[in-house]
Amino acid sequence: MTRMTLDTIKLTRRQALAAGSGAALALAVQGFIPDAAWASPTDAKEMLTNLTGGALLKKGRVHVTLPRITDKGPFTRITVAVDSPMTDGDFVKAVHLVAERNTVPEVASFFFTPMNGKAEITTRIRLKKTQIIVAVAEMSDDTIYIGKGRTKVSRGGGGCG
Amino acid sequence: MLKQPLVKVPGSAGKGEIISIKTKLRHPMETGWRDNALGQKVPRNRINKFICSFNGKDVFSADLHSGISTDPYLMFNARVSESGTFRFIWYEDGGREYVKHWNIEVS
Repeated sequence: MTRMTLDTIKLTRRQALAAGSGAALALAVQGFIPDAAWASPTDAKEMLTNLTGGALLKKGRVHVTLPRITDKGPFTRITVAVDSPMTDGDFVKAVHLVAERNTVPEVASFFFTPMNGKAEITTRIRLKKTQIIVAVAEMSDDTIYIGKGRTKVSRGGGGCG
Repeated sequence: MLKQPLVKVPGSAGKGEIISIKTKLRHPMETGWRDNALGQKVPRNRINKFICSFNGKDVFSADLHSGISTDPYLMFNARVSESGTFRFIWYEDGGREYVKHWNIEVS
């Protein structure tokens, strides 16, 4: 017997929608169809392209700290630190956070200035389910660095996000 | 719900020191997707922007979306070189603003 995961539910929903509205209605009654469409990593990639203007994403310099596992998806503490001297000539302009499996993948954008001294931000984000969170850092010389972190949201611990 | 901004900044610092700033605003951050007990949609009500400025110059700002938790909490750093006032503003969807000031002495 195969265990039903969220992904298989999603697939059956699609198949049901294709098969006929009756089945879709039955699924809607069970509450499997959310109001907003499900986001996918493809949507998140598109969003990243819009944010960064399609520039090349380099790996490194961005460190994402997340709990390995959490039972409080709506309150996940995240720290993003970027290696940068933060001087007038070389600083981090912005950090964008993207949660690719949330209802809406964009989480937040943070804008830094040389007055920050340290490019580091800690906040709490909502996670709908287990996923990879992407942090993109825009430097003052227009290069873009990407960093990732993953959190497992334990069963029943997800939030509306 | 109490909507008083909470800010934690040291009252004094050395010149050129990097200080840590912690801010929190008690706010529901409604996404607009939730139903209440009567089955009606709860209207969207989020903090969409946060700005921290020091002596009139912007230090840090953030665009917040639905992915930020209830009671948006932000912790960041600032390098201070002179005495002055930090000004923190949170902008709500309806146009309401929450403002908090904090004086710091730099020696």
